[in-house]
Amino acid sequence: MRNYVIRRILQIIPVLLGVSILIFAVMKLIPGDVISGALGVEGSPELRQALTVKYGLDKPYHVQYINWILGVLHGDFGDSLRTSEPIFPEMMRRFSVTAELTILGALISWIIAIPLGILAATHRNKGIDRFVRVFALMGVSIPSFALSILVILFLALVFSYFSPLGYVSFFENPVKNLQIMILPSFVLGITIAGSIMRMTRSSMLEVLQQDFIKTVRAKGASERITIFKHALRNAFIPIITLIGMQIGSLLGGAVIIEQIFSLPGLGQMTLTGINQRDYPVVQGCVLFIAFIYILVNLITDLLYAYIDPRISYN
Amino acid sequence: MKGLRQVFRELVKDPMGRIGLIGVLLLILLAVFAPLLAHYSPEKMVSMPKAAPNQQFWFGTDNYGRDIYSRILYGARVSLEVGLISVGIAASIGFILGIIAGYFEGRIDRIIMCIMDILFAFPSILLAIFITAVLGRGIENTMIAIGIVNIPVFVRTVRASVISAKGLEYVQNAKSIGVKTFPLLMRHIAPNTIAPFTVQATLALSSAILTEASMSFLGLGIQPPDPSWGSMLSEARAFMEQAPWMVIFPILFIVITILIFNILGDSLRDVLDPKLKT
Repeated sequence: MRNYVIRRILQIIPVLLGVSILIFAVMKLIPGDVISGALGVEGSPELRQALTVKYGLDKPYHVQYINWILGVLHGDFGDSLRTSEPIFPEMMRRFSVTAELTILGALISWIIAIPLGILAATHRNKGIDRFVRVFALMGVSIPSFALSILVILFLALVFSYFSPLGYVSFFENPVKNLQIMILPSFVLGITIAGSIMRMTRSSMLEVLQQDFIKTVRAKGASERITIFKHALRNAFIPIITLIGMQIGSLLGGAVIIEQIFSLPGLGQMTLTGINQRDYPVVQGCVLFIAFIYILVNLITDLLYAYIDPRISYN
Repeated sequence: MKGLRQVFRELVKDPMGRIGLIGVLLLILLAVFAPLLAHYSPEKMVSMPKAAPNQQFWFGTDNYGRDIYSRILYGARVSLEVGLISVGIAASIGFILGIIAGYFEGRIDRIIMCIMDILFAFPSILLAIFITAVLGRGIENTMIAIGIVNIPVFVRTVRASVISAKGLEYVQNAKSIGVKTFPLLMRHIAPNTIAPFTVQATLALSSAILTEASMSFLGLGIQPPDPSWGSMLSEARAFMEQAPWMVIFPILFIVITILIFNILGDSLRDVLDPKLKT
């Protein structure tokens, strides 16, 4: 197990390296140079020259890459071209918003999806099962931005309720923060819930058909013990894999939802960076989000190894 | 291996398969005959702004007085076009890379899969956004971006089935009597990839359409005045309380389109790959 953990951690190093090279290379493909983009038409040749030297753009590409990565490893993602502020502290501030949204969204989706998935499996082909299947199919088919708009519209037209504007951090005012976050998290959760529901249902159905469940029932265990103690534990393994894979959809969904609900998260920072042609910001944010994504996948993989003792990782 | 006709027959027998097939067919008809079915040009102002749905303007009009029904029809064209072409890009590149990686294994396999792992290390919408940030906006670049994002799933699917097909006895036999690599790949190994490949392609279509809508909604995909459901929604957001029809109809069509592709993909999977039946 320990060897597996170490090997798995070592495995992400080439991926991280590849990701950073890809991001760097793609940023270099941008037509027109970054400096002209930042200065617009007004920049004089001297100013342009000064900025080129300041950002190290006069050096060869591999030197630029190494400088960038060395900076990143020290928590220095460079400065924004627009505000001249360092990018990293801003990114961390915004990451707390995205993280809160993602975690709340994930929790909401589990609370909705896992019990419903179990119910559907234990009541196969009954009313509740049909409801869950339709609900799950709708859930996978509705894009997060469409659901956000429907929810906002519905609340506004029917209850004249408008989601409070302006963001307040959890540590400043937890109540107000949750008021602001609940609606976006709910939307995010629902759009993820569909596939977890399907996976819970099918993996539960599969486990319930196995011989050991018959044995458990035959020895007289109650239905509750059978389901929760014996079946669920086994059914959880594919569910956890799926949950890990969905972190990407959650983070991606968060990018869009932040935009709709005007939450100052990483996704919004990335999009603003793109719209303002603030390339160091885009570069930093994309790298950071990819890093988080890889890290969470690593954690799910390790969790998976921990929960499923049948698999040996040698 | 089931023949095309048998797959079709089984698909029609399944009620969900029927819904999916008919839905997709209707959608294609809507898109192809959009110029005939539309009442007005999608970009022309034909009435007062924000007219509610009525007999003349079935879905109402938008903030510029353009007919929403006509825009929805032309939007179906954009959605399908982007979906088909981007999945076409992803599927053909993914197929070739998957066959190469699966058949030759060794170093080339490791290189291909390493690149795929790198592409997989991004949330897909983020990667698509990042690529368009570099390529620029507009319909072609959106297709390329969504195409690139979808390559890895095809490589993985094809590679896995090539590796399992390589072990099959008849493939071994063909190899031992001296069938050359290329005919062996095309005639004996590739057919084994068709089932998972088709299922993957259908599901990729629905996710490509979803990604296009999301990107256009964010203002990074199809640019106004081109009618895309996503960009229609993003324009409509500011007026949605006064003119809810401006958001309701695009949402309805986005959801229905993704839904029918998902339904078709699910029942196709049940028919082609009964092992995976859920």
